[in-house]
Amino acid sequence: MNEQQLHDVVIRALSEVAPDIDPAGIDPGTDLAEQLDIDSMDFLNIVVAVHEQTGIEIPERDYPKLSTLEDAVAYLLAAQQQGADAEAREG
Amino acid sequence: MPTLGADMESGTLLEWRVKPGDAVKRGDIVAVVDTSKAEIEVEIFEDGVIDELLVSEGTRVPVGTVLATLRTGAADGAPAPSPAPAPPSPAPAPPPEPAVTPPVAAPQRAPEERRLRVSPVARRAAEQLGVDLAAVAGSGPDGAITKADIERAAGAPTPAAAPAAEPGERAGAMRLAIGALMARSKREIPHYYLQTQIDMSRALAWLQEENLRRSVADRLLPSALLLSAVARAVAAMPAMNGFWVDGAFRAAGGVHLGVAISLRGGGLIAPALHDADRKSLDELMSGLRDLVTRARAGRLRSSEMSDPTITVTNLGEQGAELVHGVIYPPQVALVGFGGIRERPWAADGMIGARPVVIATLAADHRASDGHAGSRLLKLIDNRLQEPQEL
Repeated sequence: MNEQQLHDVVIRALSEVAPDIDPAGIDPGTDLAEQLDIDSMDFLNIVVAVHEQTGIEIPERDYPKLSTLEDAVAYLLAAQQQGADAEAREG
Repeated sequence: MPTLGADMESGTLLEWRVKPGDAVKRGDIVAVVDTSKAEIEVEIFEDGVIDELLVSEGTRVPVGTVLATLRTGAADGAPAPSPAPAPPSPAPAPPPEPAVTPPVAAPQRAPEERRLRVSPVARRAAEQLGVDLAAVAGSGPDGAITKADIERAAGAPTPAAAPAAEPGERAGAMRLAIGALMARSKREIPHYYLQTQIDMSRALAWLQEENLRRSVADRLLPSALLLSAVARAVAAMPAMNGFWVDGAFRAAGGVHLGVAISLRGGGLIAPALHDADRKSLDELMSGLRDLVTRARAGRLRSSEMSDPTITVTNLGEQGAELVHGVIYPPQVALVGFGGIRERPWAADGMIGARPVVIATLAADHRASDGHAGSRLLKLIDNRLQEPQEL
């Protein structure tokens, strides 16, 4: 997936847990939990949804790296690339 | 119309999910009811065949109104009042207010009252204000006597009527309902408050290890550990688990944790996780996830609204560090958790940084005292120091 597609995946996951939000109104550089009033259960549901759509398994220790929208997309891009590199090495 | 919360006087039957002649089994959802707080799916707690639907969709009726009749095998074909659910595991003598009231029409105390339609809240107000129910003209649906009627009859000031729970007005109606219930709690319950700091190092370290072994969808949250610790501690302290009804404490038959869930857009609802002390962490986690999802989607069930025996409120990692709760009447205790924070912690003569949560107890002094409350908090702490046993 490219950056835009990963961005859309995150937005869809956010919209599922917080259907009242306006995706266009999300500030990409501001903390998502504070901005959208999401709790740990919401965040877990977002991580599960992202995993289902991208196959990327986000370990708990990395949760703080996904605190903003732009950080989340950057993290997923990097994780996707690492996965591809690892696959290439094994191949 | 079942009581789906101690503050509920009436409800609107939104939808029937069954029709006369349908066979139903215990646990089937037979109707959807709109309280001022939420839309609730009403379950039936007896097997049988729907005989007659007595209330049409869109009608607002007082609590205790018979919604339909059910033919049961035991009744040998005779209709028995039903859909309103009986609780799945009620206290030995179900109190009239915690929504564990059987669904038969409310007016059953004395023969002369049988034809009166009176909500439990109005009946209590009549008792408190010394008003003769037979002398009151009801202004509610089908002449039902409401609390406002009682207050008018007693010459007491009548508060503004609560708005109907139309979707756009639900937030306002919910705020009124919460306000009324919490005001009643503060007015009637002599609260006492205790707090203790709990070192969460072991619990969180265990959780981290455990989650490493799990798939994303099966991960546990600290909330599951906290709920499990409370449930198991409460099981050992029955004086904290039950209801204050008619001037006496009634212990509950099971540990049904009312889990306070904040709703997006404001408001709060506290449905029950049934038999939480007997559930594994996985069961508690999936139960909690399911409750939160359905609470926020407006799809809670009547059994979940009717019989919590003690409430737990957890402010979560974004929340303040300390909460002094307000007891949900007629329950007698509420356990609160603030956010888990890294704090200086002295142990073995050394000071280090540890994750700490402040656990609080708000309890009813009519039912227990600070010694018992302290024991409950200590038991919760002990449980969290052995997370592998939860």
